[in-house]
Amino acid sequence: MFELTPVEAEALALSLRVACWAVAASLPLGIFVAFALTRIEFPGRSIVSGLVHLPLVLPPVVTGYALLLLFGRHGPLGAWLEASFDVVVAFRWTGAAIASAVMGFPLMVRAIRLSLESVDRRLEAAAHTLGANRVWTFLTVTLPLTLPGILAGAILAFAKSLGEFGATITFVSNIPGETRTLPNAIYTFTQVPGGEQEALRLCLIAVALSMAALLASEIMARFLGRRTQPDVG
Amino acid sequence: MSVELSVRRRLGAFQLDAAFTCGAGLTAIFGRSGAGKTSVINMIAGLIKPDRGRIAVDGRVLFDSDQRIDVPPHDRQIGYVFQEDRLFPHLSVRQNLLFGRWFNRRRVSSTSLESVVALLGLEPLLPRRPSTLSGGEKQRVAIGRALLARPRILLMDEPLASLDSARKGEIMPAIERLRDEGRIPILYVSHALDEVARLADTLVLMTDGRVAATGRVDDVLSRLDLPPLTGRYEAGSILRVRITGQDERFALTTLTFPGGTLRVPRIDRPIGAELRVRLHARDIAISTKPPEALSVLNVLKGRITGIATDSGPFAELTLAIGPAIILARITKLSRETLGLHDGQEVYALVKSVALDPRAEAVNERG
Repeated sequence: MFELTPVEAEALALSLRVACWAVAASLPLGIFVAFALTRIEFPGRSIVSGLVHLPLVLPPVVTGYALLLLFGRHGPLGAWLEASFDVVVAFRWTGAAIASAVMGFPLMVRAIRLSLESVDRRLEAAAHTLGANRVWTFLTVTLPLTLPGILAGAILAFAKSLGEFGATITFVSNIPGETRTLPNAIYTFTQVPGGEQEALRLCLIAVALSMAALLASEIMARFLGRRTQPDVG
Repeated sequence: MSVELSVRRRLGAFQLDAAFTCGAGLTAIFGRSGAGKTSVINMIAGLIKPDRGRIAVDGRVLFDSDQRIDVPPHDRQIGYVFQEDRLFPHLSVRQNLLFGRWFNRRRVSSTSLESVVALLGLEPLLPRRPSTLSGGEKQRVAIGRALLARPRILLMDEPLASLDSARKGEIMPAIERLRDEGRIPILYVSHALDEVARLADTLVLMTDGRVAATGRVDDVLSRLDLPPLTGRYEAGSILRVRITGQDERFALTTLTFPGGTLRVPRIDRPIGAELRVRLHARDIAISTKPPEALSVLNVLKGRITGIATDSGPFAELTLAIGPAIILARITKLSRETLGLHDGQEVYALVKSVALDPRAEAVNERG
């Protein structure tokens, strides 16, 4: 039987906590940004789109360093968070969640956008004629029909978060119990002599976790698909 | 007046410049594809914005470019049945039906789910998903959904266009019942003359973005100058008739209208039933003397009230049969040979087969 050592359990629990928070906190913003980018004409739309996608193409270290500059205790956002909410994110697990969210954001927005673009606008017009204003139409028609994409985006961001390493280690370092997520732990074990065995075990845990996430998304997508797609045959 | 409309809009090279008013009952906006029919009702629904103009429904101004009024679509109290059903795929039939009612719940109306379900025969469909319905069923649900939003007016954009004739036969009676209940005015876009002839009280004839004629459907269809717009082959007139006799032996039904009677193959409707029949201009022959020894059953005495001869080999005549007007199409040669002229008394020979009220009879069964 595969039993987790306390170190492994700690890394696994931390990774799950970071990933869940990263997805939960960024999902509403991801939906909003995807909606804005597909449905609202505003100046600077391509700049916003570029900014959102930047973490996808930048070296993760660069993103991590930028986060450190912004969210460090002396950075503009970090200082503001500490002054206003007494929240410190630098070198905390919350910072790891922020790094994960930023890195996963482009994937999340892309998936939601694709799904939004495939929603039949004529259904929204029909909802308007039935008395639903734009907000209600979004909540009762657009959002439910976008659910498969939102789900896909959330799973992608979740998986990305589980694997996030470069930005995290640059931004919040590798502190046991605080920011030592699975990838950080694997990295640590590969750096110490005789740690190969431990690193391999953690890799297997990571594989199992990712597979579980993918399977869960598959099952949910099938369930949603049955509800929203025309039946064939 | 339930709808007053006067709008202009340029769409690329196409210029829409339409104005009409219409009242209760079913008003058909009729014209060929591309005449601007759908644009007009989309403007009433608020889905397209006119460049200039004014739209009022039931005295309530929905759009006025001078006063800068533009009521958003969800506030217009319009029921819209689209050409495609546009049912929400993620909701059941029942939820689709109730979608609009919820947003309009504060509006007083006697339209209940039960009455609409009964009117359209939706009971067995309620728990199902739209994807499992046939085309005709979907369109019935779409009509019910629009009605339950408690609209002041019902807009229908070729609701039968994507259906085969059996499915049409399933929905037409429902639309007729709605029209005859008379609770809600209906604007019905169509390019099919048979639908218009059967359903409409008032006709708005559109061509190239303009309104070419408006009036009672029988009047407009009997006008000589319009066959080029309505389609020459389909040209004809409508008579509102009443069943006054049933001949069991020969299986014939007698129809009476102010001006004369017609005998047609048996129609299974009770005596006294009112219906409309359509006489194609191409199925009416003219004689200057009372014809004898003839297989044609229906000979109507009337007077020529107009002749139009600008259309190739044919001449179109309008005939007054009492107060009714019918259209006849004969060759120019016949017109010359018979020496026909305005005001002349003639006999119109109506081939029985030209009277096809079977479609009307569906009413009773449906």
